[in-house]
Amino acid sequence: MLSKRIIPCLDIKEGRVVKGVQFLGLRDAGDPVEVAKAYDAQQADELVFLDITASYENRKTLIELVERIAQNIFMPFTVGGGISDVQDIRNLLNAGADKVSINTAAVKYPELITEAATKFGSQCIVVAIDAKRVQTDAVRHPGWQVYIHGGRTPTELDAVEWARQAAQLGAGEILLTSMDCDGTKDGYDTGLTKAVSDAVTIPVIASGGAGKLEHFYDVLTHAGADAALAASLFHYAELTVPQVKEFLQHKGVAIRYEKKA
Amino acid sequence: MSRIAIVDYGMGNIHSVRKALEAQGGDIFVSNDPALIAQADKVVLPGVGAFGDAMEELERQNLVSVLIEHILAGKVFLGICLGMHLLFDSSEESLGVKGLGILKGQVKKFDPRHNLKVPHMGWNQIKLRKPECPLFKTLPQHPAVYFCHSFYPEVRDREIIAASTEYGTDFASIIWRGNVFAMQFHPEKSQGVGLKIVENFVKML
Repeated sequence: MLSKRIIPCLDIKEGRVVKGVQFLGLRDAGDPVEVAKAYDAQQADELVFLDITASYENRKTLIELVERIAQNIFMPFTVGGGISDVQDIRNLLNAGADKVSINTAAVKYPELITEAATKFGSQCIVVAIDAKRVQTDAVRHPGWQVYIHGGRTPTELDAVEWARQAAQLGAGEILLTSMDCDGTKDGYDTGLTKAVSDAVTIPVIASGGAGKLEHFYDVLTHAGADAALAASLFHYAELTVPQVKEFLQHKGVAIRYEKKA
Repeated sequence: MSRIAIVDYGMGNIHSVRKALEAQGGDIFVSNDPALIAQADKVVLPGVGAFGDAMEELERQNLVSVLIEHILAGKVFLGICLGMHLLFDSSEESLGVKGLGILKGQVKKFDPRHNLKVPHMGWNQIKLRKPECPLFKTLPQHPAVYFCHSFYPEVRDREIIAASTEYGTDFASIIWRGNVFAMQFHPEKSQGVGLKIVENFVKML
């Protein structure tokens, strides 16, 4: 049975992990490779690296970093942030990224999704969607609006509709972040996640709001997410990947986890 | 020590495959030169992307015959992901394109009915149908490995299926026929289990 995935996400700035990661025994908690190795040892299923500077000069640093990660860890990882064209995607994949995550550029140039999927295969093209709940009248279903530029710029797009369109254009996966829940630790937006998950036949990664073990359970079962992503929760070891996995396994969720003796 | 060639024909990055093989002590070289590949004891054919593009590249770079001769000479061969698909006759992904035709069958797309998400992406278990397969030495009891694909080969000769995986259908995740090995998943991305399989491949005589 295909396992649900638990995915730590690392924010990267100028080749370093932002905010650091408070793990036991890490020599350099700012080094993405060290952090990646620690998560590898914890049986994380995948890693996501988001480059939050993504300036032009910075691309080279990012490529070098991706090469270093690929040489040191034997698990899948996705790289996102500032990807604007097919050449950016090619550079990251050639450097060793398994998947790339496109956000703003996909909204501005939806044909980029198709072009990239045709060239490199859908399985390595992730479309990231930042969504925020909008007030709608009581008669209508709840809605979520798509934001771009790291959540600074609202668009006209409805998140569920955009996810459906991205899938049709060739995306292989949706990385769905709830801007309302992000950072709250009050749980994922299960309404949003379920709406998107029901609308597409590609995997959906839920992001934003993880704070307790039950949150992972809710989003992976009731809301139908294929994977759950968390950042600071794991970095500050409020919960560890093995804790989450052991809990989910105990609850009967399909999880890849072998308890270390 | 056997010399292992990784065929670099421009279909996806081969860093991770090379690193995984090297980490297990393999004597590795990466090449697209048919003359060099012909001298290898073992050949690894990785690859991601479309079936048609891959065959076009193999033909353009004169690699088809060296691969077929390597296999027919009884030397060890390993196809990974798209490199597995290429061993078959054809693929639904690129109709009208002929594969290497080493193995009988057609590569098919997963049917996204019954809430099946496609691509099949993530960690899934492999059921060992041929536990005696040399790649399986000292694997854990329920090994899980990393998959990332929308197509899978529908194998004509079920006898060559060394391991299978359940995803809507019970598909061949590892194939073993004599000197020919192929796997649908990415051992180089499958942490401990994957590295164990790679180690077994490197150490195989």
